[in-house]
This record gives sequence, structure tokens and C-alpha cells, in this order.
Amino acid sequence: MSLSRAKDLRLPLMNLVRLKGSPILEQLHLEERLLRTSSDNWCIVNDGTNVPTIVMGMSGKPSQLLEVEAVMEDRIPVIKRFTGGGTVIVDKSTLFVSLICNKDDVPNVQPYPRSVMAWSGSLYDEVFKSVNGFQLRENDYVFGDRKFGGNAQSIIKNRWIHHTSFLWDYDVRNMAYLKLPSRVPQYRLVCSLFHLDLNVF
Amino acid sequence: MACRLLWASRVASHLRISVTQRGFSSVVLKDLKYADSHEWVKIDGNKATFGITDHAQDHLGDVVYVELPDVGHSVSQGKSFGAVESVKATSDINSPVSGTVVEVNEELTESPGLVNSSPYEQGWIIKVELSDAGEAEKLMDSDKYSKFCEEEDAKH
Repeated sequence: MSLSRAKDLRLPLMNLVRLKGSPILEQLHLEERLLRTSSDNWCIVNDGTNVPTIVMGMSGKPSQLLEVEAVMEDRIPVIKRFTGGGTVIVDKSTLFVSLICNKDDVPNVQPYPRSVMAWSGSLYDEVFKSVNGFQLRENDYVFGDRKFGGNAQSIIKNRWIHHTSFLWDYDVRNMAYLKLPSRVPQYRLVCSLFHLDLNVF
Repeated sequence: MACRLLWASRVASHLRISVTQRGFSSVVLKDLKYADSHEWVKIDGNKATFGITDHAQDHLGDVVYVELPDVGHSVSQGKSFGAVESVKATSDINSPVSGTVVEVNEELTESPGLVNSSPYEQGWIIKVELSDAGEAEKLMDSDKYSKFCEEEDAKH
């Protein structure tokens, strides 16, 4: 849809930022700054991050979530992000998609986690409609029994962010740095996907 | 529903305040004041106690972590002073009135679920010394807050 047509229909606008290989720490700094200081809607797509990095949610405790000795020995960077959720190890094969929205521009979505996730689930339903088995299951994106994307959110007074790290491909050796979380969903398999073109934006 | 009303009555009795009977599922206590971001405040002289409402905790889901400010930290009406984490999301907690933090609920560090199970009692979050008692006039009373919640939920 053209910009002028969107304005004619009085639809809210969303700014798109495409990055490639940006360090995940810089991406997170950008996201938090945009969430708290901008009044626009944003979609940030970062195709891979420069080095393998562990990213924990706000309440993450390294001793519980990481094989700390191995992480320190191999000098893997560890970041604690401003959103909730679990721990992920990301690298150049991870595709990051972040959506920052004014709550009034998405009026059918209440600014609470389950409502935001229901909305994002329906968005990604469209994205992955050509792929069998996509669903939002126990708050994760899965194909059938296999989780392929973690997601997390931060909700402030009138805005929220929903961001996802799609493990488009991954090095199985990196998973050894992470411990199994204490609350484990039914499915536990993570799959490596063949590359798909993402022409939704 | 009956259990929640019984619980609300016991809380109200302990706090020596009355409770509004609502056909709605969330509990709202009379004699508290409420912000449109779903925090409650109980004012006692120049001190105030805050928390998040039953409506908020119900919509947030299981709280797994509460980020608390330090004692001595200044809070401003409408501005964030901490956060709760639930269902993969961090949600700001906004201050209903301005003041200086004099006490935080350390119990929430080990037992964040108190915010869910006892949002008006054991799940209190911080106590502050007020800097402007008049700010409370801008907040909603229980009836207005109840209506606010109903209208908000009806939109979605």
C-alpha cells in the first residue's frame, strides 16, 4: 500500500528499519530508546548478529540458566535485555524481528502480554501460511512440535514492544552453553530450517 | 467468584475498609484510590502504599519477578518506578502519586506471586512519603475505577 493511500485511509504508519549483522546489544539499545522516547510505530528487522551472544530476560539468573564455566572459558558475551522471557543464544543465522507499537494504533489489542501475543500470533500466521504447522504454542512460535522462535515483550504506559529471535539456523554446539529451564514446555525440539524468503514487509 | 468475594471481604476487614460488590470478575476495594494504569494507592497521613490492582494482576498472568526501586528513590505521578515480569513480558509499574520511597516489599523478591494471590495486602509493592498530597485528587475512586475497567475490557 502506498504511503499516500495509507494516509488517506487514516491508517497508522509504521517505520521499517532493516539491519544486517548489527550487534544484538546495539539493536536492544535502539529498541529500548525507541520504545521509551519515540511516539512512532517501528518494525526493526536485523538479519543476524555479528558474534554468538547469549541474551537473557530481565529476571534471568546466570547460575540457573547458563553453563557458566563454559561461557566464561569461551568468552561468550552475555546480555540481560529489558524485556521478559527466557534465554537464547543468537548468532549470524538468527533473524530478529521487533515490533514497537502505540497501544492506540492497535486498538483491538490490550496492553497485556497474552493479548499482544495473540495479535503477533495472527500476524505470523499470515507470514508462515505457506508452511505447515505454524502456531503460537505455550507462548512460543512452533512448527508442529518444534520451537523455532523465542519472543518477549515490554509494556509501558501507552506503548509496547514485541520482539522475536527466529532461529533460522543455528550451531547445535552453542546450545551446550544453556541449561534447560526449570519450567519446560511439552515440546523441546528446536529445528534448523532451510532459508525462506521473508517478503512480508 | 464466591471465593474471590470472600477473600476480598477478609482483606477489606483487615484493612478496615469496605468492598464494592461487582458483577465483574476483578475485585476493587473502596477507600483506595486508583490510577488509569491500574495501580492502587492507600493514603495514611503523609505516607502512601502502592500496588497493582486485581484487574491488572489477572490480565498480566503469573508474576515471576518484581523489579523494585531503592529506598530513597524519588517517584513521580504517572512515571514508571519499577516493573513486573509475567508471561515473557515486563510491564512498567507507574507511580499513582509523587514522593520518596521509604520501604519496599522485600517479600516479593522471593515470592513474586504474592502480587497475584494478594494484590491489595501481602502483594503491596512500595511505601512512599508523599511530596504533594493534593495529587491524589486526580486519581479515581473505586466506583470510577470499576467503570473504567469495565469500559476498557468491553472495547476488546
